[in-house]
Amino acid sequence: MTVEIGVEEIEDIALGATVLGTGGGGDPHVGKLVAKQAIEEFGPVELLPPDELDADDFVIPTAQMGAPTVSVEKLPGGQEAVASMERIERELGKTADATMPIECGGINSTFPFAVAARRGLPVVDADGMGRAFPELQHETFNIYGVSGTPAAVSDERGNSCLIETDDNDQLEWLARGVTVRMGGVAYVSDYPMTGAQVKETAIPGTMSLARDLGRALRLAEDDAMSAIREVTRESIYGEARSLFEGKIVDVQRRTERGFVFGHVDIDGLDSDEGSTMRIEFQNENLGATVDGSYVATVPDLITVLDRETGGPIPTESLRYGARVRVLGIRTPEIMRTPAALDVWGPASFGLDATYEPLADHP
Amino acid sequence: MTDYRIGIDVGGTNTDAVVMDGDDNLLAKTKTPTTEDITSGILSALDVVLDDSGVSEDELDYVMLGTTHATNAITERRGLNEVGVIRIGAPATQSIRPLLEWPDDLAAAIGNNVAILDGGHEFDGRLLNDLDEEQVRAQIREFADVDAFAVTSVFSPVRDDHETRVAELIREEVGDDVPISVSNEIGSVGLLERENATALNAALTSVASEAANAFVEAMDERGIDANLYFGQNDGTLMSVDYAIRYPIFTVASGPSNSVRGAAYLSAVENGIIVDVGGTTTDVGAVTEGFPRESSVAVEIGEVKTNFRMPDIIAIGIGGGSIVSTDDGVTVGPQSVGYKLTEEAKCFGGETLTATDLEVAAGTIDIGSETPDVDAEIVEAAREYVRERVEREVDRMKTSAEPVPVVIVGGGSILVPDDIAGASEVHKPDHYEVANAVGVAIAQVSGEVDRIYSLDEMDREEAIQHAKDEATDNALAAGADADSVDIVDVEEVPLSYLPGNAVRIKVKAAGALDH
Repeated sequence: MTVEIGVEEIEDIALGATVLGTGGGGDPHVGKLVAKQAIEEFGPVELLPPDELDADDFVIPTAQMGAPTVSVEKLPGGQEAVASMERIERELGKTADATMPIECGGINSTFPFAVAARRGLPVVDADGMGRAFPELQHETFNIYGVSGTPAAVSDERGNSCLIETDDNDQLEWLARGVTVRMGGVAYVSDYPMTGAQVKETAIPGTMSLARDLGRALRLAEDDAMSAIREVTRESIYGEARSLFEGKIVDVQRRTERGFVFGHVDIDGLDSDEGSTMRIEFQNENLGATVDGSYVATVPDLITVLDRETGGPIPTESLRYGARVRVLGIRTPEIMRTPAALDVWGPASFGLDATYEPLADHP
Repeated sequence: MTDYRIGIDVGGTNTDAVVMDGDDNLLAKTKTPTTEDITSGILSALDVVLDDSGVSEDELDYVMLGTTHATNAITERRGLNEVGVIRIGAPATQSIRPLLEWPDDLAAAIGNNVAILDGGHEFDGRLLNDLDEEQVRAQIREFADVDAFAVTSVFSPVRDDHETRVAELIREEVGDDVPISVSNEIGSVGLLERENATALNAALTSVASEAANAFVEAMDERGIDANLYFGQNDGTLMSVDYAIRYPIFTVASGPSNSVRGAAYLSAVENGIIVDVGGTTTDVGAVTEGFPRESSVAVEIGEVKTNFRMPDIIAIGIGGGSIVSTDDGVTVGPQSVGYKLTEEAKCFGGETLTATDLEVAAGTIDIGSETPDVDAEIVEAAREYVRERVEREVDRMKTSAEPVPVVIVGGGSILVPDDIAGASEVHKPDHYEVANAVGVAIAQVSGEVDRIYSLDEMDREEAIQHAKDEATDNALAAGADADSVDIVDVEEVPLSYLPGNAVRIKVKAAGALDH
């Protein structure tokens, strides 16, 4: 059965992506509106399960990259990511059969649907981060041996830049530089791959998971936690568990190298009374301690919800006095292998912790 | 010079008025019901305080008014202009058209005339695309029938050249009578939110000018030859001309007036203000005597905007809140509202309200009878109110330090004097008309919120530039040149952008021009 993504599903994916974004991934608002307008204009988009791809199908992921302040002001023209995709098609002499998100949190969870609507292509129900991470090498595609290049970066004026590199860290470095020259935000197509490579390296089902989480949150009367638990129970992720409940008593932030670093301290309420949780973040939430001992770390998901409304709170909106519930979700096996932990385990973000997979909801 | 002034604040339930003299002594005050045609309620409040104070019409120098005309026009989609919404930013920005996320009926009410034309700048002031003047002129002619224009250019908070030029072209094409709103004068970075606020502003200019004319005429009829000012949502005043150009700034001026008034009456310059009305309680913060601004996008009529708005949390508890004993004792959010004097038990009605509990407990004496309420219910309801208020007070704080709390508004009696997290709790004299006091004592201000590239000028130069512009804006709004001071400078480095970009916000305020 073909699953179609229309305007309502885009709303749900954007909301669900704020849970999977673990506090970061950028404001999904712009990505959502871009996708909505494209779907209104060109029609709904097919969501394609990765196991329905043929081994030699050709998939080109698409994304926006750059500074949040610019992305809310210089909105996309709409053709940029399509141009990046076409530049890779010209380079490789093949036409894309589908596009795919590189992450399932924040703005880039919905953005590829706009590209797909314009090109009349399906979106593969998968991504390369299984959450949000800050950089282009933070991809299962990279971890499991897919080359990020040839990659193309384009702006709204029709300028394009083709990037060829030996390794994917260099791709991130060069693409970031081009993005600055393009005015602080640009549109990238990278990790072009075959259907067989998608099946081997992508995290499957994350777009439909975001949609289901969003729909459950939208319909949940007042019990967001149960809604999220029910959806995650049926997924390749662990069942969401409540890690802590309390009141935010301190938030510290500093901006370095283009990232927002910091931590938030939460004093326990009810059954957590007397304890303090600290969550450290770099754009996204990285690790959570209770009274000094780690209870969850990357790559597992740590998401802060408003205790009353159940709405996910991004790191930039954390503030003193908010009553919150912190939930943890174990990421799928493919994100927890030794090779994966080398790229996004606690040590790679400077945390003094050993990764312990979160248990399911007790 | 006597400097007698009248402050009037129009709320959803009551219209409050005060008369103050030149030394800010309060001479008379009143609370009268808000009328459907707002002007007649204002006039009856005016008559009461003039009568009580013994000040005659010709002794009045200033009349200051906080109104809800603009807010009501948006909520009710009434009297809105047809607007030509012009965005300058192509080839960028075309993937999200103007008004895309507006409610259909509101977009229809302003005519759904939108265009995205060539032009705009980058974050560092470089050109994004040339303005195509022939394309702009053709579009203006196509919008020949609109009542007003709203112009928004990409990164206009950094460089406003294209917006300014488009406004000139509109003048050349359609003359001087059509109002033009340009986005750099209204909001900050965040194209959609700034464009939304600018389009709403353009939609409101006719409503604002009708309201202003109605007041001026009413004053003339009463023989009052005073300067008329409007309250704006940063807790300061603007002249009538300014209010007609920037009506969006009157939205949410009521809670801002309360914050200013409460700060003045209690002499608390920094703290939390709790304003208990008939239906809701507004919790806000005062910083150096002015309302703290919200740092997140605020919705007006279901439209996201990013212009300065007071940081206010409203909770559904007030004097008219209905008390329920179905599932424990709860107060609100349902309310009898302005029908308190018909439906509340103490006025012989059938509904148990928060006010009835205090009448039963003997803390206030209003109405025609004393309801018989179990003391345990009174106690439980008071605890309910205390908990809710304490929680919101805590949310408005920026750290765990105890801070002063000031309680004002007609329903102040509902809130206890000992609030957790408060270093001290004030219930100042004239608490029930703090909003009208707030607008009567208000100053005139001007603001600037811009991004500067420190590659082009040094930091001192940039701050001085912002200060000069804020001062000019205050003068344009009607401030006295000798009294204008810079009251706030905020500097936010945008370190994830190259070119040393910094966002500078400056506010200048001064006394009324004589």
